Amino acid sequence: MLTVDTIDNGTVVDHIKAGMGRKVLDLMGIDQNYPHRVALMINVPSKKTGKKDILKIEGILVSDEKTDLIALVSPKATVNHIQGGKVVKKSQAELPEKISGVGKCPNPKCICNSEKVPTRFTAEPADGYRCGYCERRFAASELV
Amino acid sequence: MDLISFRELEKKDVEDYFQRAEEMDHQLARKKVEKLDGIVATMFFEPSTRTKLSFQSAAERLGMQVVDFLGETSSLKKGESFEDTIRTVDGYADVIVIRHPMEGSARLASEFAKAPVLNGGDGGNQHPSQTLLDLYTLKKMKGEFKGMNVQLVGDLKHARTMRSLLFGLSMFGANVKLVAPRGLEMAPEAVEEVKKKFGAKLEFSEEIDFAGADVVYVCRIQEERFEDKYEAMSMKKKFTIKPEYLRGVKNDMIILHPLPKIDEIPPEVDKSPHARYFDQARNGIPMRMAIIKKALEG
Repeated sequence: MLTVDTIDNGTVVDHIKAGMGRKVLDLMGIDQNYPHRVALMINVPSKKTGKKDILKIEGILVSDEKTDLIALVSPKATVNHIQGGKVVKKSQAELPEKISGVGKCPNPKCICNSEKVPTRFTAEPADGYRCGYCERRFAASELV
Repeated sequence: MDLISFRELEKKDVEDYFQRAEEMDHQLARKKVEKLDGIVATMFFEPSTRTKLSFQSAAERLGMQVVDFLGETSSLKKGESFEDTIRTVDGYADVIVIRHPMEGSARLASEFAKAPVLNGGDGGNQHPSQTLLDLYTLKKMKGEFKGMNVQLVGDLKHARTMRSLLFGLSMFGANVKLVAPRGLEMAPEAVEEVKKKFGAKLEFSEEIDFAGADVVYVCRIQEERFEDKYEAMSMKKKFTIKPEYLRGVKNDMIILHPLPKIDEIPPEVDKSPHARYFDQARNGIPMRMAIIKKALEG
């Protein structure tokens, strides 16, 4: 059995769709320069989904805005804020109405892929997003 | 006021463009056009005959001056960015008309420019002045949209004019039949959008049959899109508007085409009274005069 330390202060992202943990890390903007401990567990057994990923990030409480970005790759993920070793807030990721400066337009002919401009997308029905430049519609999961 | 995407227009906006274009038609007929001051910059990063010349002609007829940006002889060749290019031209003109191969380029240009930006085609995305002149042509030639049977025929997947035209026709309640070879059908998202937004009831077909049509709007089958060249040839042959296809059609049926046409409409059909695409192209003048005037009014 693999074991990972609990964290006293930070964020635990649970119920991440198996295999999407790395993308969640990218969305959080966390890389090797992050100064605290980070644990990513992939393919953890889950009663509900068979397997899932879990992410433990020490030192930051992930904002509601960033929590919603997680829904792009894993709509059922939950975000737990930990303070003093206890869960002080638990929230469910929800697809945001607008996305700016995150992700990539999948359309190679979109101007936002050739000019230095922040991406922007607006939510549409049925988990879709429309690019603010090329006006094409994509599934949420295609943006990251 | 910018004109970037037909999708942003409401019915009342389109009707306002119709009224303005009609007024321009009257002024042109009377040879008494109300003059405007200012300079229109045309920035075409891609080839164009009708859009560029008709915007330039429209500006001149309004008494405005035209400066023309030529990408090949500009500082783009030295590596100047899109943003700097737009900001520079913005300082020289009161209206900017832009055509660029990248989708979303006109919208981005409008964010860099203080002058109104008019989209003359951004890749496969939008060509709103074409859609406005197409709808204006239909209104002039056929009257009411409600109950009008329109067939959109050809490569509906890649032609940007067809996607916007479907949006416009659905907005005004026309009956639309989409006729395309398998693999070149209209994008499902465009079909779903007009069904949800306007309750459009559409017909679909892979076969050409103009019976009952009031309007046939044709675009080219693009041979380069097919992997199988034999299939491409056979589709091109099938989707060429042969004179025999016009037997038994309504007497007042009209054929429109955004032009340029290559070989999808043979010269014999040009002589038919049904062929109205050159009249359609001429309507680019009053409509683009209306668009420039409205852009300057803010």
